[in-house]
Amino acid sequence: MAGKSMNGSEIIIQALLNEGVDTVFGYPGGAVLPIYDAIFQQNQLRHVLVRQEGGAVHMAEGYARSTGKVGVVLVTSGPGATNAVTGLTDALMDSIPIVCLTGQVPTHLIGNDAFQEADTTGITRPCTKHNYLVKRMEDLPRVMHEAFYVARSGRPGPVVIDLPKDILMGLGQYEDFSQVEHRTYQPTMKAGKSEIEKAVSMIASAKKPLFYCGGGVINSGPKASKQLGRLVKLTGAPITLTLMGLGAYPATDKQFLGMLGMHGTYEANLAMHDADLIVAVGARFDDRITGRLDAFAPNSEKIHIDIDPSSINKNVAVDLPIVGDVGSVLDQMLRVWKDKEFKTNARAMKAWWSQINDWRSMDCLKYDQSGSVIKPQFAIERLYENTKDMDCYITTEVGQHQMWAAQFYKFNEPNRWMTSGGLGTMGYGLPSAIGVQVAHPESLVVDISGEASFLMNMQEMSTAIQYRAPVKVFITNNQYMGMVRQWQELLHGGRYAESYTDALPDLVKLAEACQWVGLRAKRPDEVDDVIQEMIEIDRPVIADIWVDQTENCFPMIPSGAAHNEMLLGPEDEASKPVSEEGMVLV
Amino acid sequence: MVVDDTIERHTIAVLVDNEAGVLARVIGLFSGRGYNIESLTVAETDADEGISRITIVTSGTPMIIEQIKAQLDRLVPVHRVVDLTTEGASVERELALVKVAGKGNKRVEALRIADIFRARAIDSTNESFVFEISGATEKLNAFVDLMEPLGLVDVSRTGVVAIARGKSEL
Ligand SMILES: Cc1ncc(C[n+]2csc(CCOP(=O)(O)OP(=O)(O)O)c2C)c(N)n1
Ligand SMILES: [Mg+2]
Repeated sequence: MAGKSMNGSEIIIQALLNEGVDTVFGYPGGAVLPIYDAIFQQNQLRHVLVRQEGGAVHMAEGYARSTGKVGVVLVTSGPGATNAVTGLTDALMDSIPIVCLTGQVPTHLIGNDAFQEADTTGITRPCTKHNYLVKRMEDLPRVMHEAFYVARSGRPGPVVIDLPKDILMGLGQYEDFSQVEHRTYQPTMKAGKSEIEKAVSMIASAKKPLFYCGGGVINSGPKASKQLGRLVKLTGAPITLTLMGLGAYPATDKQFLGMLGMHGTYEANLAMHDADLIVAVGARFDDRITGRLDAFAPNSEKIHIDIDPSSINKNVAVDLPIVGDVGSVLDQMLRVWKDKEFKTNARAMKAWWSQINDWRSMDCLKYDQSGSVIKPQFAIERLYENTKDMDCYITTEVGQHQMWAAQFYKFNEPNRWMTSGGLGTMGYGLPSAIGVQVAHPESLVVDISGEASFLMNMQEMSTAIQYRAPVKVFITNNQYMGMVRQWQELLHGGRYAESYTDALPDLVKLAEACQWVGLRAKRPDEVDDVIQEMIEIDRPVIADIWVDQTENCFPMIPSGAAHNEMLLGPEDEASKPVSEEGMVLV
Repeated sequence: MVVDDTIERHTIAVLVDNEAGVLARVIGLFSGRGYNIESLTVAETDADEGISRITIVTSGTPMIIEQIKAQLDRLVPVHRVVDLTTEGASVERELALVKVAGKGNKRVEALRIADIFRARAIDSTNESFVFEISGATEKLNAFVDLMEPLGLVDVSRTGVVAIARGKSEL
């Protein structure tokens, strides 16, 4: 591996290419000019110029989540790096593999409060999986490759490499470290045989089993979703998915109970509450899922499969922890299930399904689209019906529209759904959609958006034009920060402090000013036409759908409540006031 | 699962790559997640391999202790995390330097107590001593308490270091 002499910036580009990177999302500045110069002088690596660094990280997230590859970001020192912090935190919470290169002042100025200096490794230590400050030329090639390894291995996450300008300009040797084994970081992939056998026999003997699966299945790769599907079919058990897990199991299949959690379906949450065995796969029992912890799934045994040991027994104590890659563990389980010809208890399963079907008959997502005002649920349901047979990717912003998208858009495949789950970052959806579109130029990419969230990163409209990314922003425009308004209604006596989206720009004119196309629907009978037109136009489009301003998102498990204390609609809202302990929770 | 919420004190040894920022990572983990640090010591223990050993004394419910270990273990530069409290017998020591100033009887009494505790006087002037004492944390606490009325001026403690008994490596 005799190295060739290059400058630091060329080494970085060589390392990126050797890691299979084709696209970098970035924004230039003084500290990273040498890398930009090196980018300019080659044509293998494409650079997508964003309009604010926060957008770059979300684009890289969309790119990563829809392709399964590592997303790459390049920003300058100081404000470039601090603007990236929200996206890094978002990627950490949702386990998205990102490598973010940040410029830094030259090594001899570090610590002197130099112009555009920020303690980037200090600031990003708690919001990255790992970070590096490269102070010696000879460390650069190793760190570059190690960062990719760390970002994508085990539970994926964001990695920052802070690069002082003298390192970018200095001369060094490049060596390809992409195949070198890491000294300390070696995640466990496979589970022990006895654990697998125990898990399989627990499933076989359960009377009311339930699969509860999350984003870990998606992160493990498309094969994990296939294996999950096989196992669920073999057992005949019901399955529910978290917000991050949507698409890991086909939503149109009858064993799927819908999403669970705060805005999950009645049947999914009650099945969680009543199950005698919960098989958690790549999910982390977070507070949106569990509701009140002491009342969570009180009569169940729990198996927890996760690649990250720190996710196990964190919020909920489990009976059988299995540390390993979800895909490999599901493989192992399938093999044992088939070899030993396990069967579930048919009688018990029949009773369990009949119970579940009773819950299902509540039809908890029903809404009334009889009037002349568009119901947001209707808009999203129509979007689904009009695009379900297409090669389509959906991103979202954060709020009611996000929850309705999760409830009404049915994903049958993994990697088609990008949403900010753990951090709940408004402004995620548009840049994320652009990242997806850059990776999948021929596909339909729709950001299901709220008008308030859209305003948070709308500068990226310009990026979409520059790179001919014909993304569609489908705005359920209720002129409110709807989710905030809903909580104020529920918890604060309907005092709607600052949650009205006042002085909203005319979104159609805004679209036109940005060289997008703007469409609008005000009545239910216009929705389909607008969606069809939106799909047909080969440019970025804002579809401004004026929806009912007062609609709330149900079902809802209010903070601090148990799964069986769910609010099903406005009638329940009045009769089940939220507890004081619940009020302090988010 | 029945959850046990008794608070336990554990001594945890962590082997890490001796690289910039590694201690900040460990400390940031404890402060960010609200875990207790009763004591933390760190020094390089293998210069050739560039490995440092951190000894942390912490307390929490069994579930929290398990979390702490799992969280430490997933830090990238961490080689090994060993809970010396649960994995077999171990010995723990702490060292303190204790400065006592006084005259007459108090001075004599301080020397007498130091002798009982096997503390050594490593500096002495007409009006003061610096004692070096090592042992279990409780022993050091007791010594410091006894010195209080005799003119205790300053205490500097290392925090706990610990090692497993027997012949095997960590
Ligand atoms: C960056 C950020 N700031 C604040 C919030 C809190 N928040 C959650 S939802 C929401 C309102 C979103 O409004 P909109 O985008 O119009 O969506 P809607 O709920 O109306 O569908 C707010 C302010 C957040 N999630 N993210
Ligand atoms: Mg809104």
